[in-house]
Amino acid sequence: MIVIVDYGLGNLASVQNMLHKVGGECIISGDPDVIAEAERLILPGVGFFATGMRNMRERGIVAALDHAVLRQRRPVLGICLGMQLMARHGQEGDALGLAWFDADVVRFDQKRMGAAKVPHMGWSVIAPRYDHPVLPMSDNEERFYFVHTYYAVCERPADVLADCDHGYTFTCVIAKDNIIGVQFHPEKSHRFGMALMQRFIDWIPA
Amino acid sequence: MKRVRVIPVLGIDRGRLVKTVRFGDPRYIGDPLMAIRIFNDKEVDELLVADIRASKARREPDHVLLKRMAGECFMPIGYIGGVATADQAKRIFDLGIEKVGLCTAFLENPSIVGELAGRYGSQSVMVCIDVARSMIRGQRAVGCSGTRPSRMTPEEAARSAVEEGAGEVLLHSVDREGTFTGYDLELLRSVVRSVAVPVVPLGGAGTVDHLAAAINTGASAVAASSMFVYKRNDVRSILVNYPSKQELERLVANNPGSEVP
Repeated sequence: MIVIVDYGLGNLASVQNMLHKVGGECIISGDPDVIAEAERLILPGVGFFATGMRNMRERGIVAALDHAVLRQRRPVLGICLGMQLMARHGQEGDALGLAWFDADVVRFDQKRMGAAKVPHMGWSVIAPRYDHPVLPMSDNEERFYFVHTYYAVCERPADVLADCDHGYTFTCVIAKDNIIGVQFHPEKSHRFGMALMQRFIDWIPA
Repeated sequence: MKRVRVIPVLGIDRGRLVKTVRFGDPRYIGDPLMAIRIFNDKEVDELLVADIRASKARREPDHVLLKRMAGECFMPIGYIGGVATADQAKRIFDLGIEKVGLCTAFLENPSIVGELAGRYGSQSVMVCIDVARSMIRGQRAVGCSGTRPSRMTPEEAARSAVEEGAGEVLLHSVDREGTFTGYDLELLRSVVRSVAVPVVPLGGAGTVDHLAAAINTGASAVAASSMFVYKRNDVRSILVNYPSKQELERLVANNPGSEVP
């Protein structure tokens, strides 16, 4: 059973709709016991970094996630804010994150972007750096829907799985071990997102 | 290069897909769920669903229908119509719809925009400015399905919406709606100059060239309704459609300066 983590922010219903479409059995839960025992997790989220972390702490979700992801090594997919929370620090509200990655989440720098506007809202093509079971290298264009103002900057280049461009190049997918996080919204990205979700539910990390 | 979003708008009224002309004569088009399925297949950039009479009739949004539409919609989807309170907006967001448009509610109680933006982020809150021309006063923002003129010019309304926290302005020309005569580009140009957030025109588009003209005029995305539900703009012939990938790429190719979110 896949657990969609409910910490009071974000579009849980659309993630659930997409999982149903690809045949994934899932429940939405904010119960630390359910999260700690999950076989597979999705950490969704739309909203403010500091609020997300505060909600998770208040509900006892941080410890439950650490147990499931770091100790039990369950596969986890972070989406948008859910991916950003995997970093150690977020500029949005100056808050500490889950720190699964040596990464910091920063705001788009308007000075470097030319005419591109913030938030980055719309469809963009992404460029994977290497072959990953959830995001294989492909000759076909992989297009996803983005809505965000902040993005993750990884200290270790090996943690970066894919790049994207909005005014300048930024990291849009991070991955290591049993963890993957995407800045875009696969649940809103037609067949591209459907295929990614399908590969995530089939993924057995090494 | 990023393509500009091309957004079909689906009018709904009591569970049915409808299409109006200049906000009048709602005509039955078909089943909203069927339209969503077709737009999924066509890999549409984004959808807007507008309940054309919810505000005027002081009716709650049709949650049953919206839930079914959102459940089948694997692309970004926004909703406009009859949302006036934070609780009503929350119910919409909980269905899996990520953007709420405020129209009448913004004119009657502008602070609702900031309340929602503070809770869900500016990107989730669009203000829809319906614009109609009166013989005496010129163009004004209007509420309640175009029936209640306000004192604000379109530019004043847009500035106010953005000050309150709107992340996007949908600029809807009542006079062009359903006419296939092209967008009101003068109006668009003037509103684009007035605000820093994306401005999305709606009302009048009949061809891909009309979309391109709006993008050249500064639109960050383009929305249309009639051209996506009628076959070759013939109102006798209903056909849910969307420009091909080649046509959409032409929009960018012709507009090298149009790199916009």
